[in-house]
Amino acid sequence: MGRKLLLEHINEPGINTFAVYRQKGGYRAVEKALKTMSPDDVVEEVKKSGLRGRGGAGFPTGMKWSFLAKPEGVPRYLVCNGDESEPGTFKDRYLMTHIPHALVEGMIVSSYALGANTSYIYVRGEMMPQIRILENAIAEAKAAGFLGNNILGTGYNLEIYVQPGGGAYICGEETALLESLEGKRGNPRIKPPFPAIAGLYGCPTVVNNVESIAATVPIINDGGEEYAKIGIERSTGTKLISASGNINKPGVYEIELGVPVEEFIYSDEYCGGIANGKKLKALVAGGSSVPILPANLITKTATGNPRLMTYESLADGGFQTGSMMGSGGFIVFDEDQCIVRNTWNFARFYHHESCGQCSPCREGTGWMEKVLHKIELGHGSMEDIDLLWDIQRKIEGNTICPLGDAAAWPVAAAIRHFRDEFEWHVLNPQESQTRNYGLAHYADPLEPVVQ
Amino acid sequence: MMADEVVNFKVTIDGIPVEVAPGTTILNAARQIGGDIVPPAMCYYSKLEGSGGKCRTCLVRVSKGSEKDPRPMPKLVASCRTTVMDGMEVQNITSPEVVEARKGVVEILLINHPLDCPICDQAGECKLQDLGYEHGSESTRYEFERRTFERIDLGDKIQLHMNRCILCYRCVYVANQLTEEREHGILYRGDHSEISTHIEKALDHDFIGNVIDVCPVGALTDKTFRFKNRVWFTKPIDAHRDCPTCSGKVTLWYKGEEVLRVTGRKDDFGEVEDFICNTCRFDTKKTSDWVLEHPTDVEKESVIGANHYESFNLPPVIKENEKLQLANAEQLQRAERLK
Repeated sequence: MGRKLLLEHINEPGINTFAVYRQKGGYRAVEKALKTMSPDDVVEEVKKSGLRGRGGAGFPTGMKWSFLAKPEGVPRYLVCNGDESEPGTFKDRYLMTHIPHALVEGMIVSSYALGANTSYIYVRGEMMPQIRILENAIAEAKAAGFLGNNILGTGYNLEIYVQPGGGAYICGEETALLESLEGKRGNPRIKPPFPAIAGLYGCPTVVNNVESIAATVPIINDGGEEYAKIGIERSTGTKLISASGNINKPGVYEIELGVPVEEFIYSDEYCGGIANGKKLKALVAGGSSVPILPANLITKTATGNPRLMTYESLADGGFQTGSMMGSGGFIVFDEDQCIVRNTWNFARFYHHESCGQCSPCREGTGWMEKVLHKIELGHGSMEDIDLLWDIQRKIEGNTICPLGDAAAWPVAAAIRHFRDEFEWHVLNPQESQTRNYGLAHYADPLEPVVQ
Repeated sequence: MMADEVVNFKVTIDGIPVEVAPGTTILNAARQIGGDIVPPAMCYYSKLEGSGGKCRTCLVRVSKGSEKDPRPMPKLVASCRTTVMDGMEVQNITSPEVVEARKGVVEILLINHPLDCPICDQAGECKLQDLGYEHGSESTRYEFERRTFERIDLGDKIQLHMNRCILCYRCVYVANQLTEEREHGILYRGDHSEISTHIEKALDHDFIGNVIDVCPVGALTDKTFRFKNRVWFTKPIDAHRDCPTCSGKVTLWYKGEEVLRVTGRKDDFGEVEDFICNTCRFDTKKTSDWVLEHPTDVEKESVIGANHYESFNLPPVIKENEKLQLANAEQLQRAERLK
């Protein structure tokens, strides 16, 4: 049984209320941080913990905090990114629904560390119940003296506001989120300047994922070094994984980083194996934007080592044979799933969610979707597959924000690993409309890589 | 005082050194050098704050970050929004990667473009047409139905053709920065975004006609000039008048003795010197209204100067560099054929 830090008390009845959360040791981190530590101590502790951003990019949180500019007389802001909308990811929603005080407590600790007196939680508009839950939690915390003026008599003031978004995927990109929070159209900003220098209302701002902020609570309670003992190498601590797809037990799991992927998929503690006795065909390890992997690259890396649930191991092999940890949206495909259809579905999503600001993403995502749709419906040609490859190459890296890359990677990986299936759609237009390509050779053991 | 002395940064673009003030963008540094190595800019407009970064045609490669940190930048950067560092080395037309990416952007800009140049008033002075000519291939690989919109009248003088729009946002910045009310905006998102005045109401402002001048394509056109003539059959003459609202410095476009169109005076990069008012632009179209100065300088190679497109002139650097020849294979072929 792995250690649980965020979801330790998740099954406690009433853990969503302040009273039960407090009784279970909640808000100790606020007391400890505000009364016994300086803001810099808190930053130092988070640095020591090795915590990496849980939103997708995996940037070390402590380092991000230390980049925050601190000019005199200018307010600083902490903004929590609760715009979770990556297909396959639903961990933040779970956290906010069931244990909202973990986020509120983390917000207080993090705001204190950054010297912010006003902080925002930006939640995707569709999550109205969660917005209400958070507002209640904030009101409860305020009534108990953990928010407002002079918190716990320490002289530190903090207000937290919940802001509903309009429900756009692009507003999960930090600068688009800030634009949206300012009441403007959610277009990503051109960087530099980075938010750490000029963010919300032109002031220094840190934007962190819900889970990253919640993770500061156990870091302060137990100390950064204790947190860093969990996990492997530069992947420390625990991570929430949203497991979905053809598995026996889909849901949100808190894992210690370093669990083998094989164990995560097949053990009863986690996903419980592939549903209906089917075979594993493919895996999207970290939300729809990361490269998809075929069965023979999932449990073992190309070099034959077991693949682990860590930032490094999932990315082992780069884009050729690896994937990414991303936001932890773990989507499992069994042998009955069509990769072409899935890739089309992802492309449709990115087409729909592109903000339309820069040309390659605005026009390219729509083009990819149309070509994929054509191939999926059996009207494609071999040139279309090459065309698709070419379009994604022209989007990737040439856009303002990472949405372009996120749209290009799944298409690139699908063609790289599942080209046969695309070709089968082209060569068998009628058959491809009536049955799936199946597992084919995707689970065959790989030739050992010669170093 | 040392602190007040401005120490210029030394930058090299495609091997040509230039010294510019700190804070200058790569694009503006390149414009100081001028010539072939200036990256094209579809959305950047030096007189509009916040513009640029969107069209991605000005992408360049930074092969050396600065003297202090010589690492190259990992991705191509938008030269219009990236400021120079001391010792920076930039590759524009000498990088096959940049040529390739730009070709990709041009192709992508054209997939939903109606390609109605034969009936478009912008033809001949259209940036997209120039870019398509220089970088695009002759046929498209896009085989789906193109996105279409209804034409919109923005008041009685300006026509909006969303079909042709490349969403550079320049007109939005004009509306935001020159006018007091936020009249222009973008509706929807992704490839169904559109420029809109929300309820299609007239843009009632003395300077709103400038959206026509800033538009790099034929999305916003002057209804008083619509379908009157092709621009390459008209003769531009610089003129001025004593105008109570603007500088009154304009270019008149003559056909015979008739003034067909009035625009701001544009520089080498297609940007106007001064924004002119609606009265000058739409309502004063008699020679007697103006004091004529001299014929406008027009490049001989331009369509307006030559009355037709010349064959594509290759920058000399391409002729010497094998990699670049490969990246420009199509252009070379076409240049050969048009000889």
